[in-house]
Amino acid sequence: MVKFAEDRRYLETHEWAKLEGDGIVVVGISDHAQEALGDVVFVELPELGIELEAKSEVGVVESVKAASDIYSPVSGVICAINEQLEESPEIVNDSPYDQGWFFKIRASDIEELASLLPAEKYREICEE
Amino acid sequence: MGKKTRLYELHKEAGAKMGNFAGWEMPISYDSQIEEHLQVRKRAGVFDVSHMTIIEIFGRASQSLLSKLLANDITRLRTPGKALYSAMLDFSGHVLDDLIVYYLARDNYLLVVNCANREKDLAWFQQHIGDGDCTLNERQDLSILAIQGPDSLTKASGVLAAPYRRTLEKLVNFQGLWCGEWFIARTGYTGEKGLEIMLPPEAAIELWKKLVSHGVQPIGLGARDTLRLEAGMNLYGNDMDETVTPYESNMASTVVMEERSFIGSGALRINQGSRKLVGLIMKGKGILRPHYPVFCDDMMIGKITSGVFSPTLGKSIALARINKTYGSFSVEIRGKKKQVALVRPPFVRNGKPVWKAW
Repeated sequence: MVKFAEDRRYLETHEWAKLEGDGIVVVGISDHAQEALGDVVFVELPELGIELEAKSEVGVVESVKAASDIYSPVSGVICAINEQLEESPEIVNDSPYDQGWFFKIRASDIEELASLLPAEKYREICEE
Repeated sequence: MGKKTRLYELHKEAGAKMGNFAGWEMPISYDSQIEEHLQVRKRAGVFDVSHMTIIEIFGRASQSLLSKLLANDITRLRTPGKALYSAMLDFSGHVLDDLIVYYLARDNYLLVVNCANREKDLAWFQQHIGDGDCTLNERQDLSILAIQGPDSLTKASGVLAAPYRRTLEKLVNFQGLWCGEWFIARTGYTGEKGLEIMLPPEAAIELWKKLVSHGVQPIGLGARDTLRLEAGMNLYGNDMDETVTPYESNMASTVVMEERSFIGSGALRINQGSRKLVGLIMKGKGILRPHYPVFCDDMMIGKITSGVFSPTLGKSIALARINKTYGSFSVEIRGKKKQVALVRPPFVRNGKPVWKAW
């Protein structure tokens, strides 16, 4: 069964965003996304310190099937990347909501999170 | 909805992700495509490839028809059941299809062609039979299972009824024979030991279930693609089509020109084409995919025709058609040039890396 974690918000492009406290937002891709992509074999992550706008392209996830752009759910500065994905991109398949996070961003406007999709809305979009 | 093979329900029950392949709704993967790939490299897997087109050819003019239509030399086949891989060309020497032909007798052959080219091929055969003593019989009534991997023959022997097992034991590599309603062949599209069995659908369903219960894992067409690409085998429509010659498709060894005349040979004597189909291996991270442009220094010299992540090598590999084979090569991925090594396929055979530098 595909899971839709309730404790975070989503983009229509299948990224999730979770507030970690102190204005830090963790970003990854949804269980639905990893399931649709199949085995993830490469993740291109942003560089630390890069500043970006909400919904701008920030990286790429490549699976056995396709390359897919990753968009940032919020505006801010990249403050951490998941270096484990470099050697073991399959973590994205095994643990999309936890170990398989992509990057963390210091949000410039935390209110942006509220404008993203709650789990229930995102599930509806996926099931359409 | 596309066409369905008679094993469709089994695939659905096994939780397969289905996808369209040349108008057929086929299993792409059952679980992890990489796991399926490695299963075939290390143990054994079973594929439903019933979408492929089987054509029997009968009659005294069969051999002369195939001599005229195939770039490889059909008259070399003298042992019953022996198979030949060949291109079929148009009059300009371009590739209409690639196929496997089994020699059964001088007046009887069995062909397996790409389902995407079914109508085109049947029409081409019919057109060139003319009033010769030769008839075509398409076998849409048969399913096809491919059982591939180092353990495939022992696993298959373990579940086959005695007559089929005895037929299998008689076969050498690249040979296939009828046993009753079944055609059993030591062929495949993975670069591993294996067999392909054409058989009535009810028997195919039963054999599939037996194999699975004996630990032969179902494998989807996703892994079939990465396996064949590692094995350096072309896919029609990706790696060759009606715009290229077999010499531009790494198929020179399957073209026999000496003292022969076949459709396309005249054009090839004048012009074999100048491009080469080469292997590429990604030096760093990233995945090579079809249509990405290939560069030599700053000049674009061609495009990738097939590209995948190779589970055996742990990096991306590709076939590319290019017009220059010395220099420093790169592939443009999302606007950035990434370095690649030029190699001679195959990349992997019998589970081991075997590629050589160009």
